[in-house]
Amino acid sequence: MIEVLIDEAVLGLMLIIAVGVLYQRNLFAAAMLTSIYSLLAAALFVVMDAVDVAFTEASVGAGISIILALGALALTCGEQKARPVFALGPFLLVLLTGAVLIYGTSDMPAYGDASAPIHRHVAPRYLEDSRGEVGPPNVVTSVLASYRGYDTLGETVVIFTAGVGVLALLGRRRRKAAKPAEEEA
Amino acid sequence: MRHHTVLHVVAKILLPLILLFALYVQFHGDFGPGGGFQAGVIFAVGLILYGLIYGVDNLQTAIPPGALRVFMASGVLLYAGVGVLGIFMGGQYLDYGVLAHDPLHGQHWGIFFVELGVGITVASVMTSLFYAFTS
Repeated sequence: MIEVLIDEAVLGLMLIIAVGVLYQRNLFAAAMLTSIYSLLAAALFVVMDAVDVAFTEASVGAGISIILALGALALTCGEQKARPVFALGPFLLVLLTGAVLIYGTSDMPAYGDASAPIHRHVAPRYLEDSRGEVGPPNVVTSVLASYRGYDTLGETVVIFTAGVGVLALLGRRRRKAAKPAEEEA
Repeated sequence: MRHHTVLHVVAKILLPLILLFALYVQFHGDFGPGGGFQAGVIFAVGLILYGLIYGVDNLQTAIPPGALRVFMASGVLLYAGVGVLGIFMGGQYLDYGVLAHDPLHGQHWGIFFVELGVGITVASVMTSLFYAFTS
């Protein structure tokens, strides 16, 4: 019961912050609010006992991505351009998409349902046999690094590719364009 | 951020702890929450904190961008190399069981080096992104 209350409180705060980000024209404040949003998401994951995911969310979502956003702000400018006028077409499209998504959730298994398909496929084998087959007490590590080694290799290559892409776009202009932005910050 | 004494002092105290915590998350991921990805991010955050407070130039003197590019690639290579080593030792690609005489030991070594590869790549990519955005 208390967990449901915590869930709802955190989700409510996340909703408030999401609306706040939408209405915030100062991009610095928007970045900070996004960071708080990620921190709340991490808290939600902790309540769900998914500490590994919470860890990642806190360090990536609340930490480094905001620092990179602030770095990008230092290169550009800290204020959003004039707010676009209200457009009916996109608004209706967003409403429709949201309605379809909510309709889709009605078919999903209940939250925490032990007989949901995802808990009956390979998860029991991981939980029961990973200690004898792989070893580490943390099943998440066994799944990520051993059972799903290919996926993690793919993710590492994705991160590497993203780094190479950013360096190809931004890494060239080292010294010349850099100075003004640095003095500003 | 040139003459903020409080920031400088606090950062100097926190930095070794952040880097040490990153190493703890990296090598304790088998037993507790965490692993290469989180450790890499935390390590990069420690470096970026140093760069923010003591200047990017100082950080680039300590960790040159060129070295980061080498580390970016070598993490992926370490991961893929563990897989290839598995083939050479008579198993399948990314099958760690054959890496040691005992399958569980092999899994342990495999996971250790694979996570190390992930951590190296993530830390160097994140720091490179910071360099790209700030210098």
